[in-house]
Amino acid sequence: MSVDAKQAPAEPTPLVRMRGISVEFPGVKALQEVDFRLFPGEVHALMGENGAGKSTLIKALTGVYTPAAGVTTLDGREVSFSGPAEAQAAGISTVYQEVNLCPNLTVAENILLGREPRRFGAVDGRATRARAAELLADMGLHIDPGSVLAEHPIAVQQLVAIARAVAVDAKVLILDEPTSSLDQDEVAELFRIMRHLRDRGVAILFVSHFLEQVYEISDRMTVLRNGRLVGEHRTSELSRLDLVSLMIGRELGALAEVERLAGQAGEEASTVPVLEARGVGRKGSVAPFDLRINRGEVVGLAGLLGSGRTELARLLFGADRPDSGQVTVDGRALHLRGPRAAIAAGIAFCSEDRKGEGVVADLSIRDNLILAMQAANGWARPIPRRVKDQLVEKWIKALDIRPANPDALVGKLSGGNQQKVLLARWLVTEPKLLILDEPTRGIDIGAKTQIQKLVAELAQEGMAVVYISAELEEVVRLSHRVVVMKDRAKVAELDQNATVDDIMRLIAHVDERPEAVAA
Amino acid sequence: MTTSATPVKGKSPLALPGRRSVPGRVVPVIATFVLFVLLFGVGTARYDGFLSGQVVANLFIDNAFLIVLAVGMTFVIVTGGIDLSVGAVVALSTMVAAAGLQAGLPAPLVVLLVLAMGSTLGLLMGLVIHYFEIQPFIVTLAGMFLARGLCFVVGVESISIKDPTFRTFATAAIPLSGTVSITWSVVIALAIVAVAVWVLHRTRFGRTAYAVGGNENSAMLMGLPVARVKVGVYVISGLCSAIAGLLFSLYMLSGYGLHAVGMELDAIAAVVIGGTLLSGGAGYVLGSLLGVLVLGVIQTLISFQGTLSSWWTKIAIGTLLLLFIVMQRVFMRRQP
Repeated sequence: MSVDAKQAPAEPTPLVRMRGISVEFPGVKALQEVDFRLFPGEVHALMGENGAGKSTLIKALTGVYTPAAGVTTLDGREVSFSGPAEAQAAGISTVYQEVNLCPNLTVAENILLGREPRRFGAVDGRATRARAAELLADMGLHIDPGSVLAEHPIAVQQLVAIARAVAVDAKVLILDEPTSSLDQDEVAELFRIMRHLRDRGVAILFVSHFLEQVYEISDRMTVLRNGRLVGEHRTSELSRLDLVSLMIGRELGALAEVERLAGQAGEEASTVPVLEARGVGRKGSVAPFDLRINRGEVVGLAGLLGSGRTELARLLFGADRPDSGQVTVDGRALHLRGPRAAIAAGIAFCSEDRKGEGVVADLSIRDNLILAMQAANGWARPIPRRVKDQLVEKWIKALDIRPANPDALVGKLSGGNQQKVLLARWLVTEPKLLILDEPTRGIDIGAKTQIQKLVAELAQEGMAVVYISAELEEVVRLSHRVVVMKDRAKVAELDQNATVDDIMRLIAHVDERPEAVAA
Repeated sequence: MTTSATPVKGKSPLALPGRRSVPGRVVPVIATFVLFVLLFGVGTARYDGFLSGQVVANLFIDNAFLIVLAVGMTFVIVTGGIDLSVGAVVALSTMVAAAGLQAGLPAPLVVLLVLAMGSTLGLLMGLVIHYFEIQPFIVTLAGMFLARGLCFVVGVESISIKDPTFRTFATAAIPLSGTVSITWSVVIALAIVAVAVWVLHRTRFGRTAYAVGGNENSAMLMGLPVARVKVGVYVISGLCSAIAGLLFSLYMLSGYGLHAVGMELDAIAAVVIGGTLLSGGAGYVLGSLLGVLVLGVIQTLISFQGTLSSWWTKIAIGTLLLLFIVMQRVFMRRQP
């Protein structure tokens, strides 16, 4: 029942077949009797929320984990790998979310390191570059193989990693969240290459949090939930709504709820400014900009990676010191000497790097929340245990942090729940202005929705919010005004009626006449 | 920010014009070369007889052992490690060589013994560094104390070398032209430079060393033999220290536990001035050679000057080192 479309007559035999795979960790059943098949010449999306078992399944396939039960066959032969190197030798290559290459070496070396053509025992530099150029051209990528990898944007580095992966004549290519740091053009380029490889018969396993991308590229999908298989479907036969409800296991009216809430808050958004910035800028970071954020208003910051959206937020928070302009909070001039001054003025900043700059992974949820509370309250005035417990319980409940155990270590929580703890940490200080930088990156749909809903509710209660996200739909859905950033400058400010298309046009800066292409 | 198209888009061949003419990685080496020429120019302008073939030849003669040490150190630093034991291993090598010869062992056997000892010490340190995941700084610091201490187990006094083979090698002059001659030490040192250039820049072992220095975790995930290379560079450094120790015993014609005190720091300084990044992943053997020559030319300048104490060399080296580290940092910042 779990695997439908099983006996379609013309189906070829699967390249990879995993049957009854179970993976157990002490106290956790990460995977329970999961079946999975991967056919040559298809792009297969592995779907599920965080903690559903996607990465566990990949790691079971590539030999990082040894399954407690189950059989894996490759090309009909039973296999069991001792690690990624052995899996790679058998034709299963993996490209990870972070680019695992050496930035100090050339593109050619990165592609062929360990397999370079040799002459008289020495690496033949010219032949290496030629072979790399061949492989790159094969993928339709025209970059100089002799250039240093670090000179290229992350997207190109990711493509180089893929070139390396297929250089071993990979039969199976696993792409684990390859698009999380790419912009739209770059994703299109990646997809072009994926299709190209698929047409040559490579089986591609694709993991992504972006539904649109999954629907654009995949032929088939396997959905996991809580370590169990929920179904395998052809992408064309499964609607988005059905997919989402398969993934979360409940109907989802929540997004509509978010929109309703955001709309309400919009009507109530006041014209009392919480923060006003005039001509604030910093050389080499963001060009001087004006910005006004009102009480109960959500201001979205849209722009590509590197457009200056994070830098702008850091200026407002004093994490980087502006070298021009003036900021007033509640009508009083504020000297942004550093984050402490900003916090004292009631500004909170949730960094996009939640592991590095946000939560303390080795402390419990309770301790993380109390840290912030205590800081807000002053060290000299201890908070009674009873009050602490009440507050912690309140926030765990309000944000639906799971597990709802105050003593759970934050480092062990899923990304979405860590993000909620980080949010809660700031919320207990009751800020006037909350700056959220990519609060929904890399977290699952359920948590994403909850966080958006929370933002809408906070605005309704009168908090001013700056909302930064690469996902334009989110920005448009939540914001009353959208500030569009491009090339480290504010290029436009749109009102509530802005659409994703409007923003994209501004970012892409499409000229009306067709682009003159230099030959 | 710049308007140049990102290399992904379109099918037009993207040649990155002008990029290849001077690869950014070579800039520090060129800077060192320019510095060397400048210093030499200063000497030529101020002192008669500075610009002579023999002054250049002497640079090599007086620093042959340091060249070999710096070559070994380059391997280690390229992988992102450090080897503090080299100076002490040089001392131990002189001591073992002198004591062995004094005991009547034949010279070739003594040479083999010293080389084996140096490599083994390097191997042990490399194994500890890699398999116990301990910082190279600490492990080689321990190695330094061990080797220095072992010197005095062999003997507390300086032992002079009277072996005829060693003496011939030490004093034989190889004439290059009418007035200029070099020693066998220079030939050996330059041969080692040549071999090292080949190994580090042209073999898989060498390229893997750069990969490990660039990102060890990536190198491992790329299926490269990280363990072999990481241990290997310490063996190479140990071997180079032993060779440098033999050259040093030719230079001093004695073995002594207090030889080469602090020489590991000279070697590190030369490597850094030669443009190798202490964080690993970038650097050239020829850069390190130039680094040694820069140190040598400063020493020569100070001896030509005549009135300054030789300790001024240290002040000059310190200043230069700081300058180069800052330059590297500025240079790295400018890169995307």
